[in-house]
Amino acid sequence: MEKYILSVLVRNNAGVLARVSSLFGRRGYNIDSLTVSATNNPSVSRITIVVKGDAYVFEQLAKQVYKLEETIDVYPLSREDTLLRELLLVKVKMDAIIEKEVTDLVIRSGANMIDVTGEAVVIELTGPPRTVNAFMEQITKYPVLEVCRTGVTAMERGMTKHETLKNIL
Amino acid sequence: MVVAMKISGSQILVEVLVEQGVDTVFGYPGGAVLNIYDALYLNRNRIRHITTAHEQGAAHAADGYARATGKTGVVIATSGPGATNLVTGIATAYMDSVPMVAITGNVSTDLIGRDSFQEVYIAGITMPITKHNMVVRRVEELADTLREAFRIAQSGRPGPVLVDIPKDITAAMCEFTNKPQPAKQKPVHRYTREQLQAAAEAINRSEKPIIYFGGGVAISGAGDELLALMKKASILACHSMMGTGVLCYDEPMNLGMVGMHGRVTSSMAIEQCDLLIAIGARFSDRVATNKGHFAPHAEILHIDIDDAEINKNVPIQYSLVGDVEEVLQDLLPLVKENDHPAWMEQIEQWKETDYVPQDAQDHLKPHQIMEIIAELAGPEAILVTDVGQHQMWAAQYCKRTHPRSFLTSGGLGTMGFGYGAAIGAQVAYPERPVVHITGDGSFHMNLNELCTTVSYGLPVITVVMNNTVLGMVRQWQTAFYEKRYSNTSLNRKTDYVKLADAFGAQGYHTQTPEQFRVALQKALEHKGPSVIECLIDKDERVLPMIPPGGTVDDIMVD
Repeated sequence: MEKYILSVLVRNNAGVLARVSSLFGRRGYNIDSLTVSATNNPSVSRITIVVKGDAYVFEQLAKQVYKLEETIDVYPLSREDTLLRELLLVKVKMDAIIEKEVTDLVIRSGANMIDVTGEAVVIELTGPPRTVNAFMEQITKYPVLEVCRTGVTAMERGMTKHETLKNIL
Repeated sequence: MVVAMKISGSQILVEVLVEQGVDTVFGYPGGAVLNIYDALYLNRNRIRHITTAHEQGAAHAADGYARATGKTGVVIATSGPGATNLVTGIATAYMDSVPMVAITGNVSTDLIGRDSFQEVYIAGITMPITKHNMVVRRVEELADTLREAFRIAQSGRPGPVLVDIPKDITAAMCEFTNKPQPAKQKPVHRYTREQLQAAAEAINRSEKPIIYFGGGVAISGAGDELLALMKKASILACHSMMGTGVLCYDEPMNLGMVGMHGRVTSSMAIEQCDLLIAIGARFSDRVATNKGHFAPHAEILHIDIDDAEINKNVPIQYSLVGDVEEVLQDLLPLVKENDHPAWMEQIEQWKETDYVPQDAQDHLKPHQIMEIIAELAGPEAILVTDVGQHQMWAAQYCKRTHPRSFLTSGGLGTMGFGYGAAIGAQVAYPERPVVHITGDGSFHMNLNELCTTVSYGLPVITVVMNNTVLGMVRQWQTAFYEKRYSNTSLNRKTDYVKLADAFGAQGYHTQTPEQFRVALQKALEHKGPSVIECLIDKDERVLPMIPPGGTVDDIMVD
């Protein structure tokens, strides 16, 4: 199954997230991640949805989301022209034996150790999902206490093309 | 005239209703809507309120009112159970694209979220069954929220909108300014000249075209445009149940209903056509019974106002998204005058061998009941159904001549819809006959609304087709479950004549066509509501039938 990315601008009303997310359950779509972000307009939020499925599912999803009253616009994003970023926080139980290996891994991966409290260290990594996945594979060899991934936010490269649902359909 | 004044939230509600052209609302009072009902009392000369026996009946009444008139139906209920009782009615309206504004009271804002008495999060509950819903949090937002609700309910593909108003908002005072109702919004229109041209060319080159239309044509008011297209390009049309009445039943180019219980001719035409033109219809599973084998030899042109319907249930080659009336007006000049003699001849042959039910004299046959209703109640009558076998027989034999004269729960299939909806239709059109066609199963779901028709002197005629069983489920048990009649042989002991009498209505018991004819004639002359029981055989089946997942090869006609 392919992965598709949909960027949705919505009016920032109470309940708008519930409205968008309940659509998935109702229509039986499988979402990988759903992220809500602020925009430069305080009354508008951006919801970035990564969905697994085929072209049919994606077309339906985009149209159903577009139908919601609070949806301002829907941008299907192409994987090639889109910058994807995810933030990972991971807490590891550190001891003298693994300290050097973990520190090396953090430096090599471009991650940061942002807190050391007693035996626990918190590592931060920002990157495309691929990078985050690769890092997760490595770090889970050590005693991981907690993991928190934000899900994907996305933006297209270059000047915005206004490739909105309105003129695609 | 624009006048600013400081009035309560409840008065604002009344003012906006009047501003939106509402003169009739349906509902049921309660604690959280006391202020609203006080304002309705003070404004009883401006807005008529019909109190039903149950909020579900009120929701169906608002729905029936909207279906019959094309205007937006309004229903009011209190918080908690009042609001949840609306849910089936709202979902019914949603599935059939009926414009409705549901107004619910809620507990005061300081009590919200504390599991207060009669508190329920109705906005959450109704999220997937409304076109949109809103909770009013400040009295200053009330007027515009209500205006927005009406705009959303009526625009594009219509649907129900719920506005939840906490009790303190209905009491709070606020400056209010009348706004004249905005001009009707221009419908969406999202196709290019090229798409229009491509669609016209598909029609012009087709040798075996067929039209399949649905309720969208009635909503758009595009019956004339549809017929113009059919005549110009010589294309016959069949329709979904929701399209009943858009074309006159005896229009020779109207093939009648298609789908699970549609006419064999319609199913054959769709099976063999080379171009299917779907207009204001959505390829539901009751029409495209096997979506992988629907119009298997055809390209499909889909005309609908809702983008999301294109490619939803079947793959589409050509689509024109917009208001049906406008699309057909744009399309018609590009369509060539044409004829398809061989194809017409083929369809004519199917018509000659199509299923025809047999009449009887000594007992009541379902189709005869429908034909007598159509004959005696006349073309002006509004027929309203519940759900089950009687609904299908009504759809097949009701002989409608006008759109909006056959009201039925198509999408949700709500048993108990009929009586409330009939009340709404009768309130909208006091002078027209309203016949509620129901079964003994469906009628028991909401027969409490008899008290409403009696109270308001509404001459709704209820025809109960009593076969003592849940006939449609029984039919499936016969066909697919080796006659294991699990819980469908109800054999209720209800005496419908006494029941009608107890409520203050007239009751009749009939067993033959002649008895039924006499009873219906009396009921039509009576000023108040009537109930006519028609005994029919419990093994009467709705035919033809295509089983679910089946195709034209699986049609059952006996």
